[in-house]
Amino acid sequence: MKKFMTPFNALFAFFALALSTSAKAEGIDAAVNEAFGFATGWFVNLIFAPIPGTSFPWIVLWLVVGASVFTLYFGFVQFRNIGHSIALVKGDYSNPNDAGEVSHFQALATALSGTVGLGNIAGVAVAVSIGGAGATFWMILAGLLGMASKFTECTLGVKYRNEYKDGSVSGGPMYYISKGFAERGIPGGKILAGLFAVFCILGAFGGGNMFQANQAHAQISQLTGDYPGWITGIIFATLVFAVIVGGIKSIARVTDKIVPIMGILYVGAALIILILNADKIGWAFGQIFEGAFTGLGVAGGIVGALIQGFKRAAFSNEAGVGSAAIAHSAVQTNEPITEGFVSLLEPFIDTVVICTMTALVIIITQQLVVDPTTGMYVLTESGRIMTADGSSGVALTSAAFGSNISWFPYILAIAVVLFAFSTMISWSYYGLKAWTYLFGEGKNAELTFKVIFCLFIIVGAAASLGPVIDFSDAAIFAMAVANIIGLYFLMPIVKQELNSYMSRLKSGEIKKYKD
Amino acid sequence: MSATIIVGVDGSEASSRALSYAKRLAGLIGDECTLELVCVVEWSPYTFQTTEENALRKKHRQEEIAKAKERVIEPALKALVEDGIKAEGRVLHGKVAHSLNTIAVEKNADQIVVARSSEHGLSARVFGSVTANLVMSANVPVTVVS
Repeated sequence: MKKFMTPFNALFAFFALALSTSAKAEGIDAAVNEAFGFATGWFVNLIFAPIPGTSFPWIVLWLVVGASVFTLYFGFVQFRNIGHSIALVKGDYSNPNDAGEVSHFQALATALSGTVGLGNIAGVAVAVSIGGAGATFWMILAGLLGMASKFTECTLGVKYRNEYKDGSVSGGPMYYISKGFAERGIPGGKILAGLFAVFCILGAFGGGNMFQANQAHAQISQLTGDYPGWITGIIFATLVFAVIVGGIKSIARVTDKIVPIMGILYVGAALIILILNADKIGWAFGQIFEGAFTGLGVAGGIVGALIQGFKRAAFSNEAGVGSAAIAHSAVQTNEPITEGFVSLLEPFIDTVVICTMTALVIIITQQLVVDPTTGMYVLTESGRIMTADGSSGVALTSAAFGSNISWFPYILAIAVVLFAFSTMISWSYYGLKAWTYLFGEGKNAELTFKVIFCLFIIVGAAASLGPVIDFSDAAIFAMAVANIIGLYFLMPIVKQELNSYMSRLKSGEIKKYKD
Repeated sequence: MSATIIVGVDGSEASSRALSYAKRLAGLIGDECTLELVCVVEWSPYTFQTTEENALRKKHRQEEIAKAKERVIEPALKALVEDGIKAEGRVLHGKVAHSLNTIAVEKNADQIVVARSSEHGLSARVFGSVTANLVMSANVPVTVVS
């Protein structure tokens, strides 16, 4: 019991401090918000700096160029081998003697439960409420290209993972960058890996934590009426603390069972709405294509739509970010490339299927206000598109679903809270792996990270959406900076693996175990 | 002519009754008979797990196998050897009925001996019991010991 005292004390000290600095309860949120915006502003500005002479953030170009390079370099691997990917997930090529190890299906399901979540619900709503229907087109394109990034990073994640004597496994960009660079005789691997690890920790605090807490609070307070965010923060922090520090597996297990059901319910509800409005699907795609190439009057025109589409796709499927390489690395296989094939399904399911569903529902239920005379979007003072009830983020998605299925916002609220929770648990693990890579494995180092992680949940729930979403994006994209540099240097290794595997598959050396 | 009998064991009282029945059969058949004790750890490749569970899966699998060997297989093997009966043992992960049948086919076994399984109530009615599944799907004769 004694070892749990320190983090609890730290937690109480934090609140004592927060309470003493502001007299009123609501003042805490404001104080947290201001301090947070001040502390992270420079970082956000650096990551989203526009390319000189344009309004295009260099980081978005970085991700798109990366995904395009991998797509071309591997000869459109995401389209040519998708049948083989599905056969691998089904277990057709799994050796029965490996039963009991992590299967391809399990690795994919785990990685998906880390990515499918608020990005698909709130992120898409943000994309279309700023970038218009056209953002959807760019989002789908980014999803398709991102499949190649995911393929590259997850192959490397398995190839260069650390397997310890006790049977535990650690993998991810920090391992493939440092080991892969050393193997190829390229200097700087340790530094780049370290840089990735730092950004990964920030990403875990940002998109993997604060954004989730923030949107979960927004969703709950919409149903219950407004109340201070830090209260939601404390509840979430306590639950996450119980799972990751207290090791109370039952909570994690319950969410693990419910999250896939929620995912299926969500897609099912979206499909029902699309079927109910089948006559408008053609019109919606028309809006998507027209918006993609004209902008339909959104702030920043086509570029504005494109930036939003690409940004939200990357934030949702995390292709090129490197987090998936950590999640996929535990799979049982003797061929690292097989996990590459499996992982490329992830952006497809996440972005091309689920995100597109959300976007279509928002467009079809006409949440975006269009001026009937010009056919252009009506913009608010802040440059966002005016929505039917003035909402944005997860509330916009909720309103869109609610307009056809009146009780669905309640299901959605539960789904959002559970998705947020499971994403936090996943990211606490990614962040922890980066943390132990930097500071060494050990009980104290791990506990320190976990306590800080829980404190950030409270900050995230208390701060307002603007600064949180900026920092979350910036931190996650910063990971992609280090990761994609690593991938450029290591992609010849993936190519060797790919060529060798494909020739053995063709010659029949790699056989199916079941038909 | 040699004979192989597969015995499903899980350390329960019922499974020890199945084992003593198989032992009696082996005694009747004589020297040529080998008992193959199989302990199956229920597992499916299509479950949802956390990242941490995945990372520790290999370790947990090793622990599960070691535990089943130590608690179920080894004490049973020891008792059989003392009575002069040839026996081998193994621990497998998977679906019980499928795993027992796969081993039976692989070993060209003459029959499978199992205890009546212990599921009751709704789940047994909906999904059927492990024993019923085995009886319906097995490629070799199955003896169910009550």
